[in-house]
Amino acid sequence: MSTADTATRIPLVDYLALEPEPHLVANECTSCGARYFDHRDACASCFEAEFTRVDVATEGEVTAFTIVSYAPPGVEAPFVAAIVDCAGTPVRANLVDIEPTPDKVTLGMKVRLVTHSIGTDSAGTEAIGFGFAPA
Amino acid sequence: MASGDVWILGITMTKFGKHPETDSVGLAAQAARGALKDGGVSMRDIGILAAGNLMGGGALGQQLQKQIGQTGIPVYNVANACATGATALRTAVMAIKAGEVDMGLAVGVEKLSGAGLLGVGGPKKQGDTWEPSGRQGAIMGLDGRVNTDNMPGTFAQIGMEYGHKYGGVSFELFARISEKNHMHSTLNPLAAYTKAMSVEQIMNDVMIAYPNTRPMCSANCDGAAAAVVVSDEKLKTLSDDQRKRAVRIKASILTTDPYEVGCQILPNVNTLTRNAAKQAYEQAGVGPEDLDLVELHDCFATAELVHYDNLMLCKEGNAVDFFSSGAAHRTGSTPVNVSGGLQSKGHPIAATGIANVWEICHHLRGEAGDRQIEGAKVGLAHVIGLGSACGVHILEKAAA
Repeated sequence: MSTADTATRIPLVDYLALEPEPHLVANECTSCGARYFDHRDACASCFEAEFTRVDVATEGEVTAFTIVSYAPPGVEAPFVAAIVDCAGTPVRANLVDIEPTPDKVTLGMKVRLVTHSIGTDSAGTEAIGFGFAPA
Repeated sequence: MASGDVWILGITMTKFGKHPETDSVGLAAQAARGALKDGGVSMRDIGILAAGNLMGGGALGQQLQKQIGQTGIPVYNVANACATGATALRTAVMAIKAGEVDMGLAVGVEKLSGAGLLGVGGPKKQGDTWEPSGRQGAIMGLDGRVNTDNMPGTFAQIGMEYGHKYGGVSFELFARISEKNHMHSTLNPLAAYTKAMSVEQIMNDVMIAYPNTRPMCSANCDGAAAAVVVSDEKLKTLSDDQRKRAVRIKASILTTDPYEVGCQILPNVNTLTRNAAKQAYEQAGVGPEDLDLVELHDCFATAELVHYDNLMLCKEGNAVDFFSSGAAHRTGSTPVNVSGGLQSKGHPIAATGIANVWEICHHLRGEAGDRQIEGAKVGLAHVIGLGSACGVHILEKAAA
């Protein structure tokens, strides 16, 4: 199981691609260009049902944030939840590698995608999460 | 087809707060019987019942009938997030507009005391090995790992997004909005909280999701509200007193969020509210400048700010200036949330969309006592439920 050519890492969500460099992948409507990070039966914008996978820019700008004091089990609090505009594609994520205080986190700050380990299962597979760190 | 307007004939709300003495059905019964009495009618007159409740089992209407009167009329059990009450009211209004009945009853109730943070799902069940599941192929719960699902945090971002777009927002600005609503609630005996709070107290209270501290969040509490609505034609056959106290529903609008870039990332509560407001002003034949008071959905201090703009109480992008000028104060040009709003009056979810209509009616009837907005003739009530649904009602005092 733990040989080098077996997958030993798994992304937190299927729209996080780990290779060649970590990046997010959106489902883009081939008809109108609307982008989704979840699986859609049809496009909410134009109702067509064909999608193609597109890479999303890994750098962006914070357009909204909050600092959440109470986290679900297994998540450290406080943490920064933010909306990041990645070259026109808005993304939901946490900000990482930053002190979670209002004087450190600012609207308009430039950030870049980073990944981190969030645990290993009984088969030895490492789960990889993502966030955005100051650029 | 019936023609003409639909009117509020009777309307009431229970005290918001803790009601350990009764269950949801009991609270709903209290509000429903109150509304019938206020309108001078009985269950025998009612042709349709729309019953709103989110946290119960989905059969409130029939349970309620067993407490207030089983007459065999159609019941619609309504759920539409925080717009549930407005949706129940609109359901009864539509039945009258469709000509099916000449009188209807809408009720909304919730028991939420001690409910804590809303919007947070339980942790996802985890097996021994990671298994992607759901539409995002997630291997574990995403709340807190990919942004937040909690409501204070979601609406905090909505307020901050407004700040990013137009500038001028600060922690203190949002706290001042909350200070206004807590001050307003000191005049409302039915509010869950009736204590004034200073900006300093608000800012130094427990931080829930920056910039929303605890008093800047809607208060989870128990409460119910109910309204009897009647057709124009039927109202003409009723007594002078009933006609004098009737309040005209000039507009009843419900919208959902149309697709926009990013609306799946951070809920867009702006466009559907603006759309609802536009339709409501058009249907009512009034503009925002004609409003004597507004009850809007301040589920968080950060939400109130964006809705000044969405309801077009100010020019686009000018919500900060609008608030800072004192316009939204009960002494200002467009008093907003003189009831205390969701932050202080409380937010028993399904009751809210009828309770805010009650507040407007109370002023239009000149019955609001110490908090009366003098000479109020036209008011607007707004609610929004995430997902999203937005209800707007514009109400007008009966001609003397």
